[in-house]
Amino acid sequence: MSGESIAAATGDILEVAGLSRNFGAIAAVADLSFKVREGEVKAVIGPNGAGKTTLFDMIAGVTAPSSGRITLAGERIERMPAHKRVDRGIGRTFQTLQIFTEMSVLENVVVGHYPRGHSGWVNALLRLPSGLSEERREREHAMALLERVGLADRANDRAGDLSFGDRKLLELMRALATGPRLLLLDEPAAGLSHAGAERMMEIVAELNADGLSVLLVEHNMRMVMNLSHDILVIGNGRFIAEGTPDAVRTNPDVIAAYLGEDEDA
Amino acid sequence: MSQTAATEAPPAGALPAHDDVRDDAREGTGGTDAAPAARPVRKPRLFARNAVSFVVLWALMIAVPFVAPNFYVVSLVNLFLIYVILIASLNLVIGFCGQISLGHAGFFGLGAYASGILSAKFGLTPWLGLPAAALAGGLGAFVIGLPALRLHGHYLAMATLGFNAILVVLFNELIPLTGGPNGLLGIEPFALGPIALDTDETVFWLVWIVSLVVMIAIANLVDSRMGRSLRAIGGSERGAASLGIDTYRTKLATFAIAGAMAGIAGSLYAHVNLYVSPETFSVFPSIMLLVMVALGGTGRLWGPIFGAAVFIAVPQVLLDFADLELLLFGLAMLIVLIGFPAGIAGLADGWRRWLK
Repeated sequence: MSGESIAAATGDILEVAGLSRNFGAIAAVADLSFKVREGEVKAVIGPNGAGKTTLFDMIAGVTAPSSGRITLAGERIERMPAHKRVDRGIGRTFQTLQIFTEMSVLENVVVGHYPRGHSGWVNALLRLPSGLSEERREREHAMALLERVGLADRANDRAGDLSFGDRKLLELMRALATGPRLLLLDEPAAGLSHAGAERMMEIVAELNADGLSVLLVEHNMRMVMNLSHDILVIGNGRFIAEGTPDAVRTNPDVIAAYLGEDEDA
Repeated sequence: MSQTAATEAPPAGALPAHDDVRDDAREGTGGTDAAPAARPVRKPRLFARNAVSFVVLWALMIAVPFVAPNFYVVSLVNLFLIYVILIASLNLVIGFCGQISLGHAGFFGLGAYASGILSAKFGLTPWLGLPAAALAGGLGAFVIGLPALRLHGHYLAMATLGFNAILVVLFNELIPLTGGPNGLLGIEPFALGPIALDTDETVFWLVWIVSLVVMIAIANLVDSRMGRSLRAIGGSERGAASLGIDTYRTKLATFAIAGAMAGIAGSLYAHVNLYVSPETFSVFPSIMLLVMVALGGTGRLWGPIFGAAVFIAVPQVLLDFADLELLLFGLAMLIVLIGFPAGIAGLADGWRRWLK
């Protein structure tokens, strides 16, 4: 997989311009600008403390930017609350899992259909037929998503009883259930075994092949180099380099700032 | 994990078309015409999980007025059912939505005084007092939740506790309306035409049906789209927000619904007891309700039934110990909460799994 395959990309799904975030006197992210093209996998890499998480939180709507613009498919979203950005097509997973451990595996994915659902509180209290038929459709769809990652057999188990790797897959499918146009993946391979990371990589590649745009923060260089069409390197919240995996790999600034410290990655 | 990877990597062709997922989202149809799932999905039940077992339990309780040895036992069952409503609605907030509230008795009081005052001071029938009480409890919870639900954890607990304290001051000081510390007298009982439901045996039927309706509504709610969204907040607020759930509004709605249910319990209490006074709705009962949620089983539908049973039965058992009652009660609670953090309902679940 390389940059050529998306040479004819239709446009930008995400555009970040002059984005900054200060915590007191410290600039966690300083004047960052980049784009994610429709159908692209873009990785953001950088040493610990480079500002990747802050950047992610600003795009997802968890942290407000100090300045700058975030545009999703032509619409400014930097002032939009997190839940509205989900309606606009941003799905995400977390570095530290945020699954609903007390709910069943299936329910976790069913909740992910929330942005597309209609039934409200009255429907909930009275258990009206319209809510039930909506729920049936959501369950079928959720089950199809679980099948996709081999978790259908565990559908009725408590989500907290899944293995760590399965919980990561569950969180990914839950994010997918929201119907995202851009998926933010925060270290999807972290904590996984080699086989687990390979499997995760396979799934993300499949999702991308289906047309989903992905913004990826990841320390697993094998995953980054294999999955990404384009890589953004940041350090101390600032831009260092941007380009295809090959270009980034050989960029002297990158080697100095990052890869040099991490030979075996 | 390695096992999953080794055995469950399907060929790419077997995947459901991903585009369907996104198209649905954009069109906002709510339709999910994914490729037919190879695995059959259980259809949502016509009746919510647990609603049927509630109906069975309530059906058994029909016998109460006939087998109870005296009216006192019936009055205890009435009180039990009122507290089932209270504890179950609080469980919705604490157990399912994960928000601590130390002001639930305040909403109970709002309902009791709303219904009681309308009856005693304005001569309004309790049949209108009951919905008015639901409105008072729900509106009270909404207004209090508006600022308080911006807070989390202990801060939320302190804020709700503070609001409860303010309500108690109002109940005490608005003497022309509430009767102040002496309590509100002259509350009329419910009446069916010429028949006043003024005995424990007759009013039992009203308490019985209202508590059943509330419990079914809660069972329905927990197993619905909105119910799943509020349970998601209880699981992880960040996770819920990442799925497009407006967590603040959802918490506020949950709070208001629970407040309305507490208001309903308050109306029943006022017209069963025919007298209300401020101490019933103070901070200490709020804390007791919280303890009963935990004791019964936090976030478990059956928990409040156990919690209310303990709340009503234990003081009766310990009556002979007079002053020692509170001490023994406290000690027993401590043991249960430390030994069985999942509560009585959790213990029952454990046994069931062990028997299988």
